[in-house]
Order: sequence, then C-alpha cells, then structure tokens
Amino acid sequence: MALCEKAVILDADGIRRALTRIAHEIIEKNKGVDSIALIGIRRRGVPLAERLARRISEIEGKEVPIGILDITLYRDDLTTITHQPVIHKTEIPFAVDSKTVVLVDDVLFTGRTVRAALDAIIDLGRPEAIQLAVLVDRGHRELPIRADYVGKNLPTSKKEIISVYLTELDELDKAVIEVDTA
Amino acid sequence: MKLLVKGGKIIDPANNFSKAADILVVGGKISAVGQNLCADGAEIIDAQGKLVCPGFIDMHVHLREPGLEAKETIASGTRAAARGGFTGVACMPNTKPVVDSQALVEFIKSRAAAQGVVNVYPIGAITKGSAGGELAEIGDMKLAGAVAVSDDGHPVTNSQVMRLAMEYTKMFDLPVISHCEDLDLVADGVMNEGYYSTVYGLKGISRAAEEVMVARDIMLAELTGARLHIAHISTAGSVELVRMAKKKGLKVSAEATPHHFALTDEVVGSYDTSTKVNPPLRGTDDVKAVKEGLRDGTIDVIATDHAPHAVEEKDVEYNYAPFGIVGLETAVGLAFRELVNPGILSIEELVRKMSCSPARILGLNKGHLGVGADADITLIDPDRQEIIDVNKFASKGKNSPFGGWKLTGLPVATIVGGRVVMRDRELVL
Amino acid sequence: MGLNRKDLLGVKDLTVDEIRLILETAGPMKDIIGRQIKKVPTLRGKTVINLFYEPSTRTRTSFELAGKYMSADTINISTSTSSVVKGETLKDTAKTLEVMGADVVVIRHAAAGAPHILSKHLSAAVINAGDGFHEHPTQALLDMFTIKEKKGSISGLKVAIVGDILHSRVARSNIWGLTKMGAEVRVVGPSTLIPPEVEKLGVTTFTSLEEGLRDTDVIMVLRIQLERQQKGLFPTIREYARHYGVTAERVRLARPDALVMHPGPINRGVEIAPEVADGIQAVINEQVTNGVAVRMALLYLLAGGGNPHEAIS
Repeated sequence: MALCEKAVILDADGIRRALTRIAHEIIEKNKGVDSIALIGIRRRGVPLAERLARRISEIEGKEVPIGILDITLYRDDLTTITHQPVIHKTEIPFAVDSKTVVLVDDVLFTGRTVRAALDAIIDLGRPEAIQLAVLVDRGHRELPIRADYVGKNLPTSKKEIISVYLTELDELDKAVIEVDTA
Repeated sequence: MKLLVKGGKIIDPANNFSKAADILVVGGKISAVGQNLCADGAEIIDAQGKLVCPGFIDMHVHLREPGLEAKETIASGTRAAARGGFTGVACMPNTKPVVDSQALVEFIKSRAAAQGVVNVYPIGAITKGSAGGELAEIGDMKLAGAVAVSDDGHPVTNSQVMRLAMEYTKMFDLPVISHCEDLDLVADGVMNEGYYSTVYGLKGISRAAEEVMVARDIMLAELTGARLHIAHISTAGSVELVRMAKKKGLKVSAEATPHHFALTDEVVGSYDTSTKVNPPLRGTDDVKAVKEGLRDGTIDVIATDHAPHAVEEKDVEYNYAPFGIVGLETAVGLAFRELVNPGILSIEELVRKMSCSPARILGLNKGHLGVGADADITLIDPDRQEIIDVNKFASKGKNSPFGGWKLTGLPVATIVGGRVVMRDRELVL
Repeated sequence: MGLNRKDLLGVKDLTVDEIRLILETAGPMKDIIGRQIKKVPTLRGKTVINLFYEPSTRTRTSFELAGKYMSADTINISTSTSSVVKGETLKDTAKTLEVMGADVVVIRHAAAGAPHILSKHLSAAVINAGDGFHEHPTQALLDMFTIKEKKGSISGLKVAIVGDILHSRVARSNIWGLTKMGAEVRVVGPSTLIPPEVEKLGVTTFTSLEEGLRDTDVIMVLRIQLERQQKGLFPTIREYARHYGVTAERVRLARPDALVMHPGPINRGVEIAPEVADGIQAVINEQVTNGVAVRMALLYLLAGGGNPHEAIS
C-alpha cells in the first residue's frame, strides 16, 4: 500500500486545542473527575488518553487513573483478516467497578473497535458508566455507537483513509486524509 | 520358438565376455552368440544401446505365499521380479505356515510353475516353524528343491542349534543364510540407534545387535566348515567381520540391500513407515562401508530383502508398523544410481553381484550366457530414466521409500527360459 | 507477523522469532487467567478436540481450560493404545475429525510421530501434546515462559535437565528450545538414561549430579518412571534417589537464586526431595498456571486468525 496525503484535518495546534476542549467537556459533563478513569485503546488511543489525563490534572489539579486496552481478542473480524494481529498486554491497574470509564481512541469509524472495547471492559468488571472520546469522527457507523466527546467531525468517503500521527509514536502531530495510490 | 536379441552389448562376466554381439535363443536355451546372427521366424529384440546380461537373481525375497496373500502372492511377487529385471528369485520360508517340510517346498514349486512368471527357488527353514528349536527336515527339503536354509525374519538365538544346523546342512552342500540379530539387544527398537534416534524420539537398535550375531555365526562357520551367507548386512562392523572371515578363508558370503546402500537413518524423520526396515537404515559411515564392501568384494551379492506389506498394515504409527521395504522393482535403478553411475562398481561387477554370485551361492546353473545355457536374460538400458511411482508396482506391496526418486539405468526386458516376460518396462504375459 | 504454520509438532522446527512470539502472546493470556471473568470471546464457534491416547490429567486439563478460556468448544477423547490391533487407525480417526469440522486437534500419543500422521490427514491445526520420546513442545514453551518470567531472559542461563533424558520428550523439546534461545544446557543422569549422541544437540552431559548442578540458574527435574527400573536401566529406585535425587543440599550447589522446575506429576522423595518441591526456589505451581497461558497463546496463534491454513501453500 502506498499512501499519499490528500489533506490535513488537524495540525499539531488543532490536536492540542481539541484535546483541551475534550478535557473540559469531560470535567463538565461528569461534574468533576472523582470517579473518572481513562482507558486508551491501543495503539493511538493510549497517548491520547495520557494527554487528556495531563490536561485534566492541569485544569482540576487531580490525577485520573489511566489504563491501556488491547482489543485484539475481542475483534469480530479475526476470521476474515489475512494477517493475524499480535496480541499486546491490556494494562488497567485499577478496578473498573463503579468508575466512569472514558474510552479514548483516535478515529471513530464503523464502531466495531468500540464494540470490542466495550465487551473487553465489561469482562473486567462493572463500571458505573462508559463514555467515548475520539479525536476524529469520520462517520459510516455500522453499529449503534456514538461518541460523547469528539475533536473533529469529518464527513468522509468510505474509501478515504484517515490517519492520526502522534509524536509519542510518530514524527509529528497531525490528522490527515490519505488515499491509496497503489 | 526362436528369439534373437540383436545389437546389444553382452555382459557375461562368467565367460569373460563383454562386447557387442547377438544372442540366438532356441527352445529356451542359448543356441548361438555372435555377430550378425540371423534366424528365420525368430522374434527379434532390438538391444541396440542396451546391456545384455545373464538373468538377475534376487536371492532374498518374501513372496508371502502361502498364508500372507494380502501382502504378496507368488503370482504378484514374480511379476514384480519380472518388472525389476529379475529372472529368478529365492523366496524366504517365513510364510504361514513356515516352509519347513518337503510338502511346503513342493507347494511353492508347483504354485510357481503354475502362476509364477520368473524362476522361483524356495529356501527352507533351518528349524521347525523357524522357532529356533529342533532342526527342520533339511535333507527332505533339499530333495524337493530347496536351495538354501534360513530362519530369516528371526535369528537362530540358540548358538548350539545354529552350530548343529551348520554341521547338518554341510552334508547337503546348502548354504545357511543367517538373519543376524540379537533380540535382547534389539529390545523394542525401531530404527538405528544414534543421533537420529535421539532426535526423532524412537527407540534405537544398536549396530552391535547385528554385529554380535555376525561374529558368532562366523565363529560357528569356522568351527563347522559350513557355508554361511550373511543376509542383509547393514553396518560397517559387520562388513569388517565378513572381510576378516574371508581373509581367513572361511566359506562366508554376504549380501547387501539397495536400501542399505542408498539411504541413511536420517530419512526416518518423516515418520514414513516405508523407511522402517530390519535391520534398520544405518548411518553415513555404514553406507560408506557397505559400498566399500561391495567394491572390494567383501559383499558378494546385492539382494533386495523384498518385504511387501499390505497398505493398511504400514499406514499406522511408526512404532506399530511392520518392518520391511519392497525392493524388486527399484533394485537395478538404485544399484546404477549408487554404485555403477558413481563408478564404485563396473557393470561387469554389478552383473556378478546380481546374477553370477547368487547363482553360485545357491548352486544354480545360471548366471552365464554361454551356448547351451538357460536363456534367462536381463536387458538394461543404462540411459533409461524413470520417476518411481509405487502405484505402478506389480508388487502388492507399495512400501517403498523411493517413490518420487528419479532413477537412471533400468531393466527394459526380462527373458525367462527364452520367454519375454517384461519388455519396455511393461509386463508381457 | 503470526505463526506461519498449520501445526505445532515440535520445538525443533520453530524459529527463535516464533518462540518469542508465542512467549510474548502468552503474557496477555496469563492476565486473563488472573481476572474474575476468565474468558475472552476470541475462539467462539471454534472446536478444539483433545485426543489423548495416553492418560494425562494435567496436560489435558490445561488444554481444556485454555480452550474454554478462549471460548472454544472443547471436547475430550481419551482412548487407550494398549491394543493396536482393535479399534480405529489413527488415519481413520483423523478423517473422522476432519469431517466433524475440528479446528484444532491436540494429540497425546505413546508413539513418536503420531501427530505427524494426524497432520497429514487433517486440515485442522494439530498440536503435539507429547508423542513418545519425541517432543512435548507446549511443555517446553511453558517452561521457557516460566524461566523468562522469573529471570527476565533465557539467553546466557545455565540450565540443568536432570533424570531420564533417554525417554523424555520434555527434555528433548526443552533442549531444542533453550539452546535456540541461547541458554547453556546440561543433561544430567545415569549413563543408561542418556540418549546416544545427545551432545550433538548442543548440550553437555554429566553423570554426576553434583557436577551437573554446579552454578546453574535453572534445575529442571524430570519424572522417573518406575518401569525403567524394571527394564534394568538402573538397579533400584533407592539407588536412583540416592544418586540423582535433587535434595536441598544439592540445590545449594546451584546459584542461590536458581529455579527448581518439574513438569509433574512429581515423585516426592525419588527424583526430588519434598523440601525442594515445596521450597522457595520451586516454581512448579507457576509452571502449571503458565501452561494454560502458553496453550491459550498457541490456540490463538494457530486458530485465532483468519484462515491460517492459507499460509501453507
């Protein structure tokens, strides 16, 4: 696959502003962060959750617990994909019971990843509530799932590829539309 | 009935004759050997570019009849022989019942006459039922036509019984063919003991399990003066023991099988039960020693130990499969591949090991192509190539590890008593 | 990258990368075992058949739990190989399981190479759960997982495998695996129980337990079968225990932080002294837990992805 960048949706500043806004929304919606826990979905949900936690701590002066969720074992497409995904650890160092869990991911598309994440979290315990924060919502849902916090709503064509790059994993921060030129 | 084999190169080491000539066969005998022979009304076999050899004799074959007809019959086994270029086979007595009486030798002779397509030479048991106890009626079996005695499939474990067998058999000038195996040392081994038995997790059979018996039998041959023939020699140590015995002037001969000079125990790793054979496939050094033994004359004979089994008997776990490899239909090609083509044996030496020597050891007036000789002739095309397909075997046994091998140098006609039974790799019946 | 193979027949054929992948996948699996809800939906609708021709509570239960934790349907078939003549051949059993639509067949068999026969006649993944004296790959993988977990790395460790090496599939699989992963492996036992030319596998042989244990990081004790004594391979159980029993005193010859492992079931007071089996250095119980995790990883890697068999051309 040869990817070619078509348009930038969010640059580094855009991502920073979006996350700051989402942090405020989380605090506001939940009237504080006392029972909040952030769980990032591997891979790019993880640095996003960490950044959100930092913002929340800056705003509220309170640390929120962060967990990492690997949803591979819960995917519904394991039997159809050709390359078997490598399984990584799920690291959630707190009990999810009675917490309001905010799931964090980079792009919301079909909703299938979130469905897998919901199942995975429920196997870990019984949270008070589960909310969803995403940097980009590109539409084309295949399941009745919606995000509670959205960095940017972006109507896309199904063929387009939306990629988020984060400095923790990549060279720089940006969200872009790409096309497969191959 | 006349047959003219035209234009081939005659290889007749018994008469020191190796040159292009025609052979005229009349009434089942060779009536003339010479240049540009012609005969009115003779069937002509074009032998241009072929080697015309005295009929090959496999002195170690299991025809399985009577009693084990699901594995092989005299009809199917002799057809396999014909396809493999053999005009005669000596068949081992470990049938059901064991061939340990005159009546059973006669049964095989008559069955072979009725249904066989090559000559069949019965071998009688050494002991009744090959049980290793009392001697079988060796004198009577000799009168009925047995050419040797052997308890093949089992060793004669009791040394005193073996000694008596040798002394008794000597009176009849029959060879004692010994299956050399110390059963206590073999225990329940299934492959050669060594690196590969360790890797494959299969119980090993040490070389010593064969060699202690070879040594014992050579000593008993020395004691008794009997003719001893060591069957299916497989280890470097056994080859050396026979070499020493020959140096001493004892009447000891030996045979090696194609699988023991073509394969090593490494191939057992496929757990393909067609590699399970007794004695087991050995190591590289043993294969080298067997080839050297063939080259220097220590090993007199190439015999196949053709051991057919029903497909379902072999289609089981390695430990549970019976021992044995079918060899009649691959022997010549393997001998060319391993011995003639690499220059270990000349074609004349090969003919000695597959025709002259077995005839001499079994006391048969065969193995030569002079005028007056029986017209048992094997035609070989040294350039003929074939990929072995076990499903094309005439043998009922498909238990060959050589399926898929490409062999160069194959028999292209088999003539038994002047009758063509195989031509151009196909049976003519 | 996944495991680019249909079956797991032995450690001998595994690459270092494949071993690493299996051990790394087993980590997250172990976390699942520690949870209250010990189940993930990954193998929903898949069938795992445990085909055991030898009695084995431990390995069979471990595979059964692994399958169940992964939401596969697990079925146990236990048969005896005592009578070879009667009953169905392995080939026919394989064909039956094939038409029944098994996705994974786990086989334990007294005959080396039995899993290879099964594999030839089955499109399902075949996992060797022990074949004769040949291999017991999942045991070696769980042993390596345990060592890696405790020691951080396998490379450079000195591991002594003690006991009946000749008849041990556990020893063979561990020798292949540990040497591939860079450990220095010693085999220790009476010379009648050391397989021929075992040094060619890259191990050092010791007949003295004291010398064999000196400065080791891991002591792997094998179970001694009573029938070996009956076949005359050593004089008495008593003498075996005296010369080859792993006692607390002998464990002190190893490094102070050495692990003591045993594939179980153990003969207390024979190959291992009770105080060693229950001692602080023993990781025998962890081996059992890790066994389930490693087997879950293998079930995922062999049956959890699309159509792994497509990888085999």
